[in-house]
Amino acid sequence: MAAGDAASAGGLTRLTAAQIAAAVASGEVSAVEVTQAHLDRIVSVDPDVHAFLHVAGIGALAAAEDVDRKRAAGEPLGPLAGVPLALKDVLTTSDMPTTCGSKILADWRPPYDATVTRRLRDAGVVILGKTNMDEFAMGSSTENSAYGPSRNPWDLARIPGGSSGGSSAAVAAYEAPLAIGTDTGGSIRQPAAVCGIVGMKPTYGGSSRFGLVAFASSLDTPGPLARTVLDAALLHEVMSGHDPLDSTSVDAPVPPVVAAAKQADVSGLRVGVVTEFSSGGYQTGVQARFTEAVELLESLGAKVVEVSCPHFSYALPAYYLIAPSECSSNLARFDGMRYGLRVGDDGTRSADEVMSLTREAGFGPEVKRRIMLGTYALSSGYYDAYYGKAQQVRTLITQDFDAAFEQVDVLVSPTTPTTAFPIGERVDDPMAMYLADLFTIPSDLAGNAAISVPCGLAPEDGLPVGLQIMAPALADDRTYRVAAAVEAALQQRWGGPLLAQAGELGEAQGGAR
Amino acid sequence: MTGLAQLVPYDEALSRYEPVIGLETHVELGTRTKMFCGCPTTFGLEPNSAVCPVCLGLPGSLPVANRAAIEYTIRIGLALNCSIATWCRFARKNYFYPDMPKDFQISQYDEPLCTDGWIDVEIDGRTVRVGIERVHLEEDTGKSLHMGGATGRIHGAEYSLVDYNRAGIPLVEVVTKPVAGTGALAPDVARAYVTELRDLLRSLGVSDVRMEQGSLRCDVNTSLAPHGSAEWGTRTETKNVNSLRSVERAVRFEIERQAAVLDAGQKVVQETRHFHEEDGTTTAGRSKEEAQDYRYFPEPDLVPVAPDRDWVEQIRASLPELPAARRARLQADWGLSGLEMTQLQNAGALDLIGATVDAGAPAADARKWWMGELARHANATGTDMSELPITPVQVARVSALVRAGTINDKLARQVLEGVLAGEGEPDAIIEARGLAIVTDEGALTSAVEAAIAANPDIAAKIRDGKTAAAGALVGEVMKATRGRADAGRARELILQQLA
Repeated sequence: MAAGDAASAGGLTRLTAAQIAAAVASGEVSAVEVTQAHLDRIVSVDPDVHAFLHVAGIGALAAAEDVDRKRAAGEPLGPLAGVPLALKDVLTTSDMPTTCGSKILADWRPPYDATVTRRLRDAGVVILGKTNMDEFAMGSSTENSAYGPSRNPWDLARIPGGSSGGSSAAVAAYEAPLAIGTDTGGSIRQPAAVCGIVGMKPTYGGSSRFGLVAFASSLDTPGPLARTVLDAALLHEVMSGHDPLDSTSVDAPVPPVVAAAKQADVSGLRVGVVTEFSSGGYQTGVQARFTEAVELLESLGAKVVEVSCPHFSYALPAYYLIAPSECSSNLARFDGMRYGLRVGDDGTRSADEVMSLTREAGFGPEVKRRIMLGTYALSSGYYDAYYGKAQQVRTLITQDFDAAFEQVDVLVSPTTPTTAFPIGERVDDPMAMYLADLFTIPSDLAGNAAISVPCGLAPEDGLPVGLQIMAPALADDRTYRVAAAVEAALQQRWGGPLLAQAGELGEAQGGAR
Repeated sequence: MTGLAQLVPYDEALSRYEPVIGLETHVELGTRTKMFCGCPTTFGLEPNSAVCPVCLGLPGSLPVANRAAIEYTIRIGLALNCSIATWCRFARKNYFYPDMPKDFQISQYDEPLCTDGWIDVEIDGRTVRVGIERVHLEEDTGKSLHMGGATGRIHGAEYSLVDYNRAGIPLVEVVTKPVAGTGALAPDVARAYVTELRDLLRSLGVSDVRMEQGSLRCDVNTSLAPHGSAEWGTRTETKNVNSLRSVERAVRFEIERQAAVLDAGQKVVQETRHFHEEDGTTTAGRSKEEAQDYRYFPEPDLVPVAPDRDWVEQIRASLPELPAARRARLQADWGLSGLEMTQLQNAGALDLIGATVDAGAPAADARKWWMGELARHANATGTDMSELPITPVQVARVSALVRAGTINDKLARQVLEGVLAGEGEPDAIIEARGLAIVTDEGALTSAVEAAIAANPDIAAKIRDGKTAAAGALVGEVMKATRGRADAGRARELILQQLA
């Protein structure tokens, strides 16, 4: 092991992805050392955090060895070669189970890699394992996982957000410098915000959905989670780009997100604050940190104006018709006939009965709720009033964005109305749970780009608050430019990353080595 | 099977009711790969060997539309005089069934690729224009085999096997508009339509249209209304009627059955019905009350299809000569009446005669052999003409041999018989069976002399000037030569000898 603080086992997990990649490329540390340090960290803290559903130690070390071998042979390395990553368990992996947080796919081993998985492997990224999530990405807390909730590293009694809560918790707990999440209604940005890290929902179609087990096909978007804006941009660049296997994939170059993250400059940029979001019951500390962030942007040379998006107030109901409608169809295939759980096949029951029993036993309550909602919304006689109307609202929301982006370059809002709430607080109140995605849903419906970057702690609970920056479709780079500027200014103010203010996990109780 | 179904005799049914029919035809396209993935479409492979994550609908997999399938569908639409959509989408048809990997089928719903066309069919020299409502593109399902039951249906089976090789094969559905006003001809119109469509699809090269392999499958809708009624009756949909003859029989049976229902003052139930090949009957399947709500919605995994107009025009320009145009051309070339042409078509002999003419036979000869001797043989053995073990080239050779005087028509029939019996090529059969006409004048003269000697009475009549009696002696000569004599020459010799 190389000498120096940065290279000590604990230190390696504190490095950013950019730092690790540079250290591996220069030979300062080996990819195997970096990987082992993160695997050790997982052993040490994951019993408390429960970010992972599956840890692939042997596979990760083999991938790391491959990077080290290539480096030794003088072969070219990708920009994230040797950097460990936590993969949301909704993307298929040919060498690991893919459960989607559901009992119905317990132990399902896909015969193929998702395009995102394959691109990560091709780039030399080391996949540590698969992270916990709300079942089939339906939820905002990971409490809907069939395998128990993940916990927020800032406060283990609180939710890490969802549905990509395992991914956000892993990154915030230094179990991985990078993670992949998927965003359908806010499932990357909301967990990033409540865990005090960076999470980006790329433009819809900017990252491939091939091998992403679908929740809502017209909304699902894989994206990066990281502790810094630059790291997120580096991962964004590696995982994105046109995929002929996904018909909805955008056939355009990946926006220059890494360059934008390095530019970190907002002077002259027009920033819009959405009027309709200002009225809504934020937690006091969320409001305070958001107001500060807007003032910060102004002080950095941005021009801030208020912009009206009149149809945003209909986004949540429209989303809860469109997403369940698509999910009711996407999840039909889990019928016990070909793979996954099968219940009741005792030789006396018909295929229909086995399908019913399997779905009854295999799906959790939130998944069933959404399947029923969607089935109803698509039914003959109700389609126009529900699904059809929701699609019209979706168009109006897109038009609101179009009009707004004629006046401003980016829109900003708090990422979530509140900080991380206690585990168990909203499990019996689906509506309260749904409200966690109030500000993130419009960008999903419009398919544009949006990022969440930490903007401080709410004084009343000492928990992280996220700033959301939204940009037009294919202008993903703009969100990075603004986020990086905010990050730089705030870190200067704080004297380091926000995450440094979180208490130590596990290791404090003797996990230190 | 349907002992309880009351029937009204066909003619009586038609005296009181007017039938309206409609046909929905599924055609498996002959593209190299499946509709949404790269798996092969080859028929008859080892079960579940032509599959991948996409056509198995594995979690996370996504469809990518096959451009060739879209092109084939447009080709069909253009040949059926349809409008081609400038923009349309695929839709999901949701229902649970084990042979459907995703438990939804990617199909088209209210935005089909082709709409509003027509095709003319000929019945006994009369032209009936069948309107085409739509032509749309979808994916086929897997194939279930229900084992251990009596009926081969899922009900009562012990277990089922599913072969997903067929899942995802591109399938085109051609839906007619309701066809009314054809009266007693309705079953013939149904059959002629499917025949015409099959020939059209074959000429377009988009499908092998083999009903017995399921690459062409028909659902037949039938309704009856009293003569003079302003409204059409309630229709039934008879599923999977999978031969031309069955199409005709299914319509006929439904007319007879529905007439009995209406005569009894009852209502026809809107339902799907199963056709039974064995006895030509139909039995009730699912009724409309139990009908599924398919919850169609636009397929979010696929982008809309917007065929470029130039591309559509290129496809139009590349269409081959279509069967109707070809028939018109051949009818003129061959100098036939419309009725004669329809007969050829109905007998399934058109292509065979065409090929025989192409092989050098005069059209009249080709038609004579195929519609005479060979049609009789097909009928007697219950085979399709195209399945007879004789080729147009062989028929053309027989025709050439007759024209050359090597054989006569009577001998030619024996040669054809030999070919059908698998005895080899016509020339070899003539040789082996000794069928060539006796051209040796000496042999013929001896046969004539023998006939005269054996029939003095007839010979006397001829000497008295009753030359018509010569026929009897020619008959004797033919008998003696086993038909191989040139009858005209024999007659000349007889008259010479008895002059």
